[in-house]
Amino acid sequence: MDYIKAFITGGVICIIGQILIDKTNLTPARILVCFVTAGAILTALGIYDPIVEFGGAGATVPLPGFGYALAKGAIKGVKELGVLGAFTGGVTATAGGITAAIVFGYLAAVLFDPKEKS
Amino acid sequence: MSKHRMGGQTLYLTQNPPKIISRASIVGKKEGEGPLAEYFDKIIEDDLWGEKSWEKAERRMLIETAELTLRKAKMEPRDINYLFGGDLLDQIVTATFAARSLGIPFYGLYGACSSMTQTMSLAAPLIDGGYADNVLCVTSSHFCSAERQFRYPLEMGVQRPPTAQWTVTGAGGVLLSSDGKGPCITHVTTGKVIDFGIKDTNYMGAAMAPAAADTIRAHFEDTGRGPNDYDLIVTGDLAKYGRKLTIDLLKKDGYDIEDRFIDCGCEIFYESQDVHAGASGCACSAVVLAGYLLRKMEDGEINRILMASTGALHSIITSQQGDSIPGIAHAVAIEKKG
Amino acid sequence: MDSLDVKQKKINKEYQDYANSLSPKSKVFKNCMMAFIVGGLICTIGQLINNLAKIYYGMNKEEASTITSITLIFIAALLTGLGLYEKIGKRAGAGSIVPITGFSNSIVAPAMEHKREGYVLGVGAKLFSIAGPVLVYGISTSVIVGLINYFFVK
Repeated sequence: MDYIKAFITGGVICIIGQILIDKTNLTPARILVCFVTAGAILTALGIYDPIVEFGGAGATVPLPGFGYALAKGAIKGVKELGVLGAFTGGVTATAGGITAAIVFGYLAAVLFDPKEKS
Repeated sequence: MSKHRMGGQTLYLTQNPPKIISRASIVGKKEGEGPLAEYFDKIIEDDLWGEKSWEKAERRMLIETAELTLRKAKMEPRDINYLFGGDLLDQIVTATFAARSLGIPFYGLYGACSSMTQTMSLAAPLIDGGYADNVLCVTSSHFCSAERQFRYPLEMGVQRPPTAQWTVTGAGGVLLSSDGKGPCITHVTTGKVIDFGIKDTNYMGAAMAPAAADTIRAHFEDTGRGPNDYDLIVTGDLAKYGRKLTIDLLKKDGYDIEDRFIDCGCEIFYESQDVHAGASGCACSAVVLAGYLLRKMEDGEINRILMASTGALHSIITSQQGDSIPGIAHAVAIEKKG
Repeated sequence: MDSLDVKQKKINKEYQDYANSLSPKSKVFKNCMMAFIVGGLICTIGQLINNLAKIYYGMNKEEASTITSITLIFIAALLTGLGLYEKIGKRAGAGSIVPITGFSNSIVAPAMEHKREGYVLGVGAKLFSIAGPVLVYGISTSVIVGLINYFFVK
């Protein structure tokens, strides 16, 4: 059951992205930025938690989920460390993903060459 | 008042109109799978062509095209008075680096995709006026080098909208001469920079169509000619929608060119090749002219054409700052005599 | 001069409207279906990794979520390197941009392409040409969220 929920939640978030691409002139880079920011704001407002509760990976894998993890981390950091936690919490919670992106990104870029397109 | 001008924007070459005595074109693999494949001199097997980068591959295409153009006319670089060249890359590095190898006195020109007729427009009066005997005009573009400069990295998983165009990989060259056999350039109409406020860099055809229409209209007004005086009216890379816009804009001015109007961007690929609206790039009009159109003139199927390459003169910076895309088109009339 | 500008603006507006009316609309419904299916599928794979991590390795929610991100990022980096992610993206649109795999793709693609300009200012700098803004805005927003929590939420 949680697979179906994940499929639908993730799919719907992607549909929102697709509508933004087709109907507005937002570039993919801007959409990524908007989604991460929106995820963090929705989390702060307490709206994203129920979505994660329902959709599981369907809500955490899309980029708003990255914003969710950042905001969750910051809130948790504040609870544990006070004002310092606002600065350390977000990146601490997402350190694994960010580091993986840098390391795997670097390796892939070094090991492979872009292919010609047709 | 100059003796050789007609109207506001046109030169009339009457003293010794330059002849196109040699032509060459090299294209990429995808272009070699298109409908005009048989007209090109050489089709490279892959986009890198054994070089270390796409920029180097593009440079090699331009150099080999220039050499091939000369070889066909049995000439050496030292026989050539001027080399005019242009391309799409920043600081027109392809043309300048090619000129370094060729060792011909050189003017590098930037007119974006209008480069082909831009170079010819400047070369032709030099010969007609007796200031040069042989001038070589070459331009090039490369899908991969242009794409990464102007749009996204190739491996980015993004969709292209229906109005997007596909940059032609290739290089085309023509040799203009005061002496020899070949079709003549009789008129040169220099375009103005026209901007109707289109900002969408995925809709270049719409940005350039007003410039194409303006130059063609200016040519008709200056020369007193009309669409019926030409077998073909050709634009560079307006693609499907830009072509339609140009037809409509000229209809408003009272010129109906539809039945004899082709756009190089609509000719070079099949619709099934997934290029969306059509082709673009400096090489688009260059290889269609040097490969296809001049061959049709040699074969006697067409005798008089008006050729207008079209260019979009924006940069990444201007587009990011919200400026619209200025367009330009330069026209040359090419006529088979005798 | 002003009246000329007004006139030209009117011509421009008319032309832009006409040009836009000519351009075919993207097939929004079909694109959305593709985005739904591919995006949904990526998330389902994520859910699978998540569940495996919880069941077989006894990870808690946060750990499982992190290992899911890391695995998906790895897969997407590999597919980008092999030239396959672009092929998926051409059809899936937002379906392969919005998931974390799209973030990974946006890191590898420019870096790979700029390798010929060197390993520091080519690969190193270009890794973040598209992903950098995501981190800037994401992390900054999280700091603001944290500060608001500190000052206003008990």
